[in-house]
Amino acid sequence: MNTMTEAANPIKTPFPGPKSDGAPAFATRNLSIYFSGKKVLNEVSIDIAARSVTAIIGPSGCGKSTFLRALNRMHELNPDARMEGDIRLFGENIYARDVQPVIVRRRVGMVFQKSNPFPTMSIEENVTVGLRLNGLTDRATLAERTEQSLRMAALWDEVKDRLRSPAISLSGGQQQRLCIARALAVQPEVLLMDEPASALDPLATSKIEELVVELKKNYTIVIVTHNMQQAARVSDFTAFFYLGELVEYDATKRIFTNPRKKQTEDYVTGQFG
Amino acid sequence: MLQEMTVSNHHWRRFKNVLMQTLACVCAVLVVSPLILVFYHLIREGFTSINWALFTSLPKPVGETGGGMGNAIAGTFILLAQAAFIGVPVGVLGGVFLSEYGSFRLNWWIRFAADILNGVPSITWGIVVYALLVVPMHGFSALAGGAVLGMIMIPLVMRTTEEVLQLVPSGYREAAFALGISKWRTIVQIVLRTATKGIVTGVLLALARVAGETAPLLFTALGNRFWAHSLTEPIAAMPLQIFAYAISPYDDWHRQAWAGALILLLLVLAINMGVRFLTRDRFPGKS
Repeated sequence: MNTMTEAANPIKTPFPGPKSDGAPAFATRNLSIYFSGKKVLNEVSIDIAARSVTAIIGPSGCGKSTFLRALNRMHELNPDARMEGDIRLFGENIYARDVQPVIVRRRVGMVFQKSNPFPTMSIEENVTVGLRLNGLTDRATLAERTEQSLRMAALWDEVKDRLRSPAISLSGGQQQRLCIARALAVQPEVLLMDEPASALDPLATSKIEELVVELKKNYTIVIVTHNMQQAARVSDFTAFFYLGELVEYDATKRIFTNPRKKQTEDYVTGQFG
Repeated sequence: MLQEMTVSNHHWRRFKNVLMQTLACVCAVLVVSPLILVFYHLIREGFTSINWALFTSLPKPVGETGGGMGNAIAGTFILLAQAAFIGVPVGVLGGVFLSEYGSFRLNWWIRFAADILNGVPSITWGIVVYALLVVPMHGFSALAGGAVLGMIMIPLVMRTTEEVLQLVPSGYREAAFALGISKWRTIVQIVLRTATKGIVTGVLLALARVAGETAPLLFTALGNRFWAHSLTEPIAAMPLQIFAYAISPYDDWHRQAWAGALILLLLVLAINMGVRFLTRDRFPGKS
């Protein structure tokens, strides 16, 4: 039995954490995605390092969000999407026939561009929703996870006195950090972030960025961003996508100071895109 | 010259503006006035006949004054409960299918069918259920009455459910899926919960519509001058009772028909207000 099927109920197992043996968190090989027959991602092969932040940059429509969504099989929500190639999460094929998308998504959390706390739920209920709807009912554990997740999302001090208040009473930046806490509460191994700060003001943005840097101690983070400075500030590695192709992938410092390809240089220096 | 033209043009425009505004106002009054008329008449004619006996007693035989329509009031509640029992689950789940599952082509046909069903005259529903239930069961029954009202509710509830589910932003579904929550739980706990108010409103509108249906009940529930003791017997209902009393030659029955109509209206109003109160915003003023 492989660990993927053992992870059928990862909620009850202790925090697995990324492997620290230097193996990549994600390894994609010849990953192509088609929407209604149109190729939007072309044979992307990339290794994403564990416990680090990898930024995905590129102009609109270059396939970076599609790539991100393939990493937790979210693109399958679109019935016209088709995928070719291979994605491994810590060595396990997440597209294997016996692997359910639901299980993959419990291991690979996601934060979206637009913060989306559930409007019918309180702050606390939002944090624990992933646990409760996956069958965890023990109150003590739920309370513990609530505090733990909110602390990790740097939101605890701001909301600890009003956990029962509606989530939508929070400010935009707080709502986004609540969404991060919600994703962390199910104890994923990887966190995917799809432009998590693009709808926030500069102050809220810098809080999210600090958080990303803090979280990489325990998590593997893949972040899609339109903001070059953000990529430079928070990430260890940067992948530049253009027209569905992975153009260049290297240490962030290298990408921003001395890229190998002309296209990359033009993009990071703001000459196109 | 140019100046003059602009000025006269300006007057003409102002005239058109006032004209259209007046027309819109008149139409708005015309829309609301039937409601006011109905209320006014029902209260004027029916209010004095409302007394305790009307709610608790059986109708008196012809020639005796007094009596009530307690059996019809109870019957309407029983019929509505049965209708909701059939119409709400089937309608809501059908709406869930249309909104969350199904394919474009299949859904197009289902919607088309539901819209046609919504336009089917209620007397036709009555005949259909007469053939499907009354004839095989060898008699009119409360069950048949509840079934026909439930069937009328299904397409109504289905379409409104679909529409309010479509209004739930897809971001909530994505957020739930990204947490590894299964599709079914996402639908029940996130999507339906977010849309509860809209669905309840749709169900209420459907219930209010069938509460006043008379024609289909003539073929199914039939009416009953006594208390019904089983669902397989004919049962009284307020619209039937109002119909029977209104076409009778007796003044006393006419008065009771007015009172019955007023009660029916107040009943619909009361259900509406009650459920609105129950489903009021858990977090008022925050959305």
